[in-house]
Amino acid sequence: MNDFAHLLDRLAYEPRRNAKLRLLQDYFAHAPDPERGWALAAMTGNLSFREAKPAMIRGLVEARVDPVLFALSHNYVGDLAETTALIWPVSAAPPLPAGRGEGRDDLGVGAASPQGEGEGVSPDEAPPASPPHPRLPQSRGQRGSPLLEGEGQGEVRDLSGDGPHLTPALSFQEREPVAPRAGLSGDPSIGLGHNNPPPHIPTLAEVVDTLRTTKKSDLPFHIADWLDALDETGRWALLKLITGALRVGVSARLAKTAVGALGGHEADAVEEVWHGLEPPYLGLFAWVEGRGERPTTLNPALFRPPMLSHPIDEETDFDKLDPAAFSGEWKWDGIRVQLSGGRDEAGEQVARVYSRTGEDITGAFPDLAEAITFTGTIDGELLILRESRVQSFNVLQQRLNRKAVTPKLLEEFPAHVRAYDLLTAEGEDLRPLPFAERRARLEGFVAALDHARIDLSPLVSFATWDDLAEARADPASVGAGEDADAIEGVMLKLRDSPYLPGRPKGPWWKWKREPHLVDAVMMYAQRGHGKRSSFYSDYTFGVWRERPEGGRELVPVGKAYHGFTDAELAKLDRYVRNNTTKRFGPVREVACGLDEGLVLEIAFEGVQRSTRHKSGVAMRFPRVHRIRWDKPAAEADRIEALETILARGEREIAPGAVIEGETS
Amino acid sequence: MSLRAGDLLTQTREGLYCPLGGFHVDPTWPVPRALITHGHADHARAGHGKVLATGQTLRIMAVRYGEDFCEARQEAVLGEEIRIGDVTVRFAPAGHVLGSAQIAIQAQGVRVVVSGDYKRAYDPTCLPFEVVPCDVFITEATFGLPVFRMPDTKDEVKKLLDSVALFPERAHIVGAYALGKAQRVMALLREAGYDQPIYLHGAMEKLTELYKQEGIPLGDTPKVVATERGKLHGAIVLCPPSAIQDVWSRKFPDPVTSFASGWMRVRARARQKGAELPLVISDHSDWPDLCRTIRETGAGEVWVTHGQEDALVHWCGTQGIAAKPLHMLGYGDDGEAEPAAVEEPPVVSDEAAA
Repeated sequence: MNDFAHLLDRLAYEPRRNAKLRLLQDYFAHAPDPERGWALAAMTGNLSFREAKPAMIRGLVEARVDPVLFALSHNYVGDLAETTALIWPVSAAPPLPAGRGEGRDDLGVGAASPQGEGEGVSPDEAPPASPPHPRLPQSRGQRGSPLLEGEGQGEVRDLSGDGPHLTPALSFQEREPVAPRAGLSGDPSIGLGHNNPPPHIPTLAEVVDTLRTTKKSDLPFHIADWLDALDETGRWALLKLITGALRVGVSARLAKTAVGALGGHEADAVEEVWHGLEPPYLGLFAWVEGRGERPTTLNPALFRPPMLSHPIDEETDFDKLDPAAFSGEWKWDGIRVQLSGGRDEAGEQVARVYSRTGEDITGAFPDLAEAITFTGTIDGELLILRESRVQSFNVLQQRLNRKAVTPKLLEEFPAHVRAYDLLTAEGEDLRPLPFAERRARLEGFVAALDHARIDLSPLVSFATWDDLAEARADPASVGAGEDADAIEGVMLKLRDSPYLPGRPKGPWWKWKREPHLVDAVMMYAQRGHGKRSSFYSDYTFGVWRERPEGGRELVPVGKAYHGFTDAELAKLDRYVRNNTTKRFGPVREVACGLDEGLVLEIAFEGVQRSTRHKSGVAMRFPRVHRIRWDKPAAEADRIEALETILARGEREIAPGAVIEGETS
Repeated sequence: MSLRAGDLLTQTREGLYCPLGGFHVDPTWPVPRALITHGHADHARAGHGKVLATGQTLRIMAVRYGEDFCEARQEAVLGEEIRIGDVTVRFAPAGHVLGSAQIAIQAQGVRVVVSGDYKRAYDPTCLPFEVVPCDVFITEATFGLPVFRMPDTKDEVKKLLDSVALFPERAHIVGAYALGKAQRVMALLREAGYDQPIYLHGAMEKLTELYKQEGIPLGDTPKVVATERGKLHGAIVLCPPSAIQDVWSRKFPDPVTSFASGWMRVRARARQKGAELPLVISDHSDWPDLCRTIRETGAGEVWVTHGQEDALVHWCGTQGIAAKPLHMLGYGDDGEAEPAAVEEPPVVSDEAAA
């Protein structure tokens, strides 16, 4: 566990991809089986155990630390695992030094615990161990100088009673223990009178196994023991692991790259066998290290890493690209999925629906799984179709993230895939073929399949970039018809490019439609989390609304927390601090009104009705487009601007979908 | 007590004010008469009429602002009582930076101690904090949350030296405040046995020179020569935190970015600063030390000037000590941003830095 914690700690501070890769490779090359396999599972999101709930962690801390202090700390640090790691009372403290009766009670609850924060000898303050403080020369000033009408009182009269000599003595007694932990160091002189067995540092395998097999009610005791045994870094890593929030700047892809590199394999080679494997991946490590056969994949419906596009820069990119070399198609506003099918050894059809990141989401889409009667892999967009009409993303959202997939849900939100590409067919890997050829194969494949839930994404023909710009601006005019509202832009694909996993620059471009824009006024700001934990980075903004009694007021319509650079964030943060009118915990109310306030130009993709917002509307994907330092707040937009967009979107919601708060 | 603490010290726009003595303490605006706890720019500003501070603080102010930083100055000798109007004041060491002092203000048997910024941890570059019993203790709370438990500075310095040993080809650029932190890091490096030159950014030169004049041995501390930067393989270079973001720091061989600051205790903060090698070294009291200091003063009432005051005020409540936040603006910038912003003039250009 300590090696893994150390790795995560190093990774967390390492910004460079190649350096991260080196750290990972170094770890995988040196860590033993099965420890490294569990680490790989943790970093690729493939650990399955009963995750420790944040509430349980909080409960453990609050039994040891004043809950108010903990809440304030959590709010400041912005991360439960780190807060807990830092605030967890240090145990294994030496006994109280003689002559000092009171326990240290700076954590509130922990005071009564025999393992509470103890007093110890700080090596840097214990008089015998540290060099004496230099007696700094203090020249004697002119006492009783008339400058301040002061009168010197002659001899130094020590108000504190004991004089400066008091300080070292107190330091000696009261400083928090920072000596090496008793038991770990094996130095018996350190934990004076310490009789407990040495703390047991758990292995990763042990942590995973315990979480899998232990009764839920016993879990808190195990976790508390681990936290007692580990140091700050270890506690942090453990908590990240067991709460399932291991975000340390390492993608599954990078971890697989590092594993592959152990034996000179590309990440994609690992990816190809990946979905048939189980942690702790003994076979995988044996293979990459040349000690074993390539793992045979038992899964006939594999995930293939998808090919992704780059946003096009209208200013510079078009000049360099030849329209004749590209094929155009709509970019549908759904979620990118992969349909993979095949027959297992028993001849049974296996069907899988994967998200773009390789997550198996078959369980949530039984209606799509039924359509996978083929052997092959289709890359496409998941959409909701009603009476052959593509519904907006608002509608699709109501199908996503549902715990139970009920017949009613399936009926009201029928899933559909609009196919973009064909990666494999009948055991043949089509990815090396040029796009144009794959497209021809796809057309034949979909036609032969002839299933109502799977159709082709139509191509958009164009001769010049201007043609394409027109199509993008008004998809309805070039064949998209009533589905136009579900189109978020156009895709450009190089006709002769193979299907390359990842995001290669050049072959695929996306050109999104212009977002909606609204000028809103900043009303509240909240401190961010993670990287931005101490900056006021989340802004609630409002637009003007007529007041029934006359005049107008700002009403909040949304919240945005990106779209600005770090330099702009620093300026916004400063603005918030200098214009705070009220504080509510992590939230500050910012001065705003007809005469004051900061205008933010907000870009967004759509509007929905909302009962959670006072204004009755909620924006989709709002972000700060520009900061209008120049614009007076009184000139910001009115709520009518959003209601117009909303009225357009609402036509799409079918009668079956109940929209709360809808009056018309 | 016929006199209440609130009569002894009040809050004005300029900061804490003693009406009976007719002076401010660490005012953030120019005032006729100011008592200054220490030389950091958020506490010691130029432009006051008369200034009373320790000799070292006065000399620090003169180095930073020029000899004419105020109209008239008077040196306060540590431990000596000085009568000002109807009150008696006494300066006692605060352990924060060279010359830093707490100021005890007393009248009619009531004593208020303005601690300024202070710490209890070991610092070879200044006198240790002295506990002054009082009725009202005015404390900072820069690190006033229990997550701030500062580690042993020896281990932090060892991290730096280990990294230098591991990457002898890379320069190690350590961001540290030019007054106090930088010299403390130098002194700790010397105590750890590091005897190579410690290279300094130009903005730290004068203050480091002053420390040496005041009797703090810091060894060989040459200024970085702009044209020589590329040759400083394996060197330790100290610079103001702001210079780390500057192109100035990019001209060193494959630099390792480090910061010496209490803020490095929190990962997100360290990452925000772009620290690859965070050194948790603080010149402020950590949480356990704030708590024990309050207890040791025996104060029945605590006022919190700036920082994370909520937690400390709450803790005082659980200890039966009356406490209130003063929400003072201008100190440590709300306790969240790096005080470096006001502490050092920005490094304008490559040339200025060299």
